[in-house]
Amino acid sequence: MPSEVTPAPASLPGKARGNARGPSDGQIPGMPPTDINNPQYFHKVVDCQWACPAHTPVPEYIRLIAQRKYAAAYMLNWESNVFPGILGRVCDRPCEPACRRGRIEDKPVAICRLKRVAADYKGDVDGMMPVMPPEKNGKRIALLGAGPASLTVARDLLPLGYDITLYEKDPAGGGLMRTNIPSFRLPITVLDEEVDRVVNLGVHTKFGQEITSLKSVLDENYDSVFVGTGAPRGKDLNITGRAEADEQIHIGIDWLTSVAFKHTESVGKKVIVIGGGNTAMDCCRTALRLGGEDVRVTVRSPKADMKASDWEIEEAEHEGIPIFDNHNPKEFVVEDGKLVGVKFEIMRAEYDDTGRRKLLPTGEEVTFECDAVLMAIGQDNAFPWIERDIGLDFNEWEQPIVDKTTMMSTRPGVFFGGDSAWGPENIIWAVAHGHAAAISIDKHCSGGDIADRPAPGSNLVSQKMGIHEWSYDNDYDAQHRTAVPHADLKISLANLAVEVELGFDEKLALKEAERCLNCDVQTVFTESTCIECDACMDICPVDCINFTENDAEEPLRAALRVPALNADQDIYVSDVLNTGRVMVKDEDVCLHCGLCAERCPTGAWDMQQYFYAETQVSKVTHAHHSAYLR
Amino acid sequence: MSYIQKPAAHHPALPKNKLGHTRRDYEASMSTLCAGCGHDSITAAIIEACYRMDLPSHRIAKVSGIGCSSKSPTYFLGRSHGFNSVHGRMPSVSTGANLANRDLVYIGVSGDGDTASIGLGQFCHAVRRQLNMTYIVMNNGCYGLTKGQFSATNDKSSPSKKGQANPFDAIDLCQMAISLGAGFVARSFSGDKAQMVPLIEAALSYNGFAFLDILSPCVTFNNHTTSTKSYEYIRDHYQMTGRLDFVPQMDDIKVEYDTGTSTDVAMHDGSMLRLHKLDDSHDVRSSDEALMAIRKSAAANEVATGLLYINDEQRDLHDVLATDGRPLNSIPMSELCPGSDTLAKINKSLA
Repeated sequence: MPSEVTPAPASLPGKARGNARGPSDGQIPGMPPTDINNPQYFHKVVDCQWACPAHTPVPEYIRLIAQRKYAAAYMLNWESNVFPGILGRVCDRPCEPACRRGRIEDKPVAICRLKRVAADYKGDVDGMMPVMPPEKNGKRIALLGAGPASLTVARDLLPLGYDITLYEKDPAGGGLMRTNIPSFRLPITVLDEEVDRVVNLGVHTKFGQEITSLKSVLDENYDSVFVGTGAPRGKDLNITGRAEADEQIHIGIDWLTSVAFKHTESVGKKVIVIGGGNTAMDCCRTALRLGGEDVRVTVRSPKADMKASDWEIEEAEHEGIPIFDNHNPKEFVVEDGKLVGVKFEIMRAEYDDTGRRKLLPTGEEVTFECDAVLMAIGQDNAFPWIERDIGLDFNEWEQPIVDKTTMMSTRPGVFFGGDSAWGPENIIWAVAHGHAAAISIDKHCSGGDIADRPAPGSNLVSQKMGIHEWSYDNDYDAQHRTAVPHADLKISLANLAVEVELGFDEKLALKEAERCLNCDVQTVFTESTCIECDACMDICPVDCINFTENDAEEPLRAALRVPALNADQDIYVSDVLNTGRVMVKDEDVCLHCGLCAERCPTGAWDMQQYFYAETQVSKVTHAHHSAYLR
Repeated sequence: MSYIQKPAAHHPALPKNKLGHTRRDYEASMSTLCAGCGHDSITAAIIEACYRMDLPSHRIAKVSGIGCSSKSPTYFLGRSHGFNSVHGRMPSVSTGANLANRDLVYIGVSGDGDTASIGLGQFCHAVRRQLNMTYIVMNNGCYGLTKGQFSATNDKSSPSKKGQANPFDAIDLCQMAISLGAGFVARSFSGDKAQMVPLIEAALSYNGFAFLDILSPCVTFNNHTTSTKSYEYIRDHYQMTGRLDFVPQMDDIKVEYDTGTSTDVAMHDGSMLRLHKLDDSHDVRSSDEALMAIRKSAAANEVATGLLYINDEQRDLHDVLATDGRPLNSIPMSELCPGSDTLAKINKSLA
């Protein structure tokens, strides 16, 4: 509230101010009009799609779910991210923290779990899958490692007639999706379905064959080689007692792999999991299902700094697993050659002025009894099998030098993707790498310039059906986020294969789908028809529309009805209007309710659906996307 | 009208006033007026003014007559008292309400038909009685609810949308109000919130009859190229007589100012109006100069806007009648109705 003299706001220029009417002669300083023809402008407004590394058209598939068109929703996903059923369960969901809904109320739309709905209820989609060409194009590609990155490359290149050979050291495909994600989070049937769908497009598989020399692969004269071998080396902790207790100390990811292939079927009664990431969460919950009675998680840092996703932590705690934070392992306590406990020193976090954290020992020590330790303190990619004299350069940390856009190494024709490129990331990133690499491989094999990337496809279509009628559901649904039902704890803890999350049933799914704000239905403003009646500004429920004098970005943002302080979100600035002012819309918390367009007497505002598609190498793996493009 | 309601969801950083209310808390049902109606902007300005003045909604009474304008109290201050009265009778109902409870803030909303035609007589007497209220005319020069016939405020030079000429001169409600003794007279434009909001704040804090004639284009019937009440025409012929700042608390005044160009007017409730005069503008304390300024502008085909006239010494109806300082609902029954003995005494004294 104004406590000093209420300032007279910059008023409409009437006679008294020289009556500055008419369009700008270029003299008025301030922001240039927003270029909405730049395909990335409206793309960025679709926060979820923008945040998704594969740029899955989230609002469109949620609308399809709301229309119960699950197969179509699945196909849009499959084309974008190849593994909708898998990702609908285990994606790290970068889309959700980005969701605009989370900035309006506390919780984003359950995008990930809606993706699972599309997969769960899709029915038979075989007939919608792309048909492979009968003729091969004569080019041979080797893919090393059968994880999501390689499978994506295979999926994208097969329709073009490439001959694909897939090498994998494990007896089945899927990579970390199979070895590191426990089946209570990702059922084998779901995994097999989506991995097999790619493999059955015509991949030559060489499973159970570990590559020990890249040179030997290159010697087979493939036209390109893609390395998607992940980050398989779990970090170790060399403290007192490590060697003596080796029998009872396991590297988390190796142990999970061994469980996945049923080489390990039990663990001690008292288990300590060291580490605070998602692997630690998977380890502790798996241990609980293999007979662990007292399973504890210990992390060095404060709990708030844990790397694991919030929902993974919640699940572990829900299953009764305590998390001890600020516990730094000092020593494996060994008695009579057997591990009997771990000694920890208690830490405390101190933050300096720049917010940088320092962990300091408090001097206090504590020992937890245990008979097994699972170490989940990080993992690296490692390439002992790549010769260093083949023109493929590594940096000082022994990481291959890979181009961020083309995914190519310094040796032409050898590409990297997934965790093997830059260390551990999420599955969805591996998929995005795969799409990019497929484009590069195709260009490389056909003699094109791999740096020349195809432009994305986009389309903007009015949704107006009548004066106050739109072809999307513009009514804001105040519903809070719907929780996913869980299996009974007793049943799920007793069996490693029982999926904990039951997924949304149709009723819950439709309820949750209504929460989506349809951020892809854009507010498009036409200066020439605006009469500056203020109707849009008055009706906007979130005060994002302003008519004001133009200025440089920072003062302009500060001068809005509600200052646009979220710098991550753009402001949409119009060209000069008749009164000399401009329209400025803060995109930050726009509900996309369309009321501005409904209350506009001249149609200067329109609600137009923006469809954005990242171009893929083959049109046939893009058929459902293409249907939306001009 | 829209099929959906304006969502209750609001900007998470929406500021709150001293009562802890956001601007949204002063809203009411969603407007059913035509999209782009000037009345909706006036509605938004009233909401903004009440929010900025920290007015508690339950201490406000909104009274209206009949017409598009008179529908609008449904769209603001959803938690206030309201009376949608008979056509042209808003002044009588306001007078009655005001006499019964002098503690409420009265906002009368009327239109050019409701005030300048059927209710002209009522309007004159409310002004004459110096009723303590803010009387807002949403003036669009036509009868929007009945398909856009000329109203009494439509300019002679302004034909109908279909080209029919207007045979009569317009009634200028501001001139009338000044002539009849209104203490606060202003004119504004629905398309200029920067001017409108401080004027409404000033009117609400004025103790006496405050009249606001707000030009408010009828997008459906009177926003055509030959109309003098269209957005475009008003913007082209808009003449500001000065700029007004509303200062809620006198104590808050910290800014030094140039006395040559600013006039301060102390208000009854401790607030202050600071008027930034423009070079050739008139003395707002002089009714003669105010009338002259309005007429001069009109002769030059201009619309004089802003605070046109203020009498900061006006006494309101309760002062004039020397009524009890308390509203009727806080006077004990024994005083309100002292019984037959007292009546007998009075009768006896008249004998």
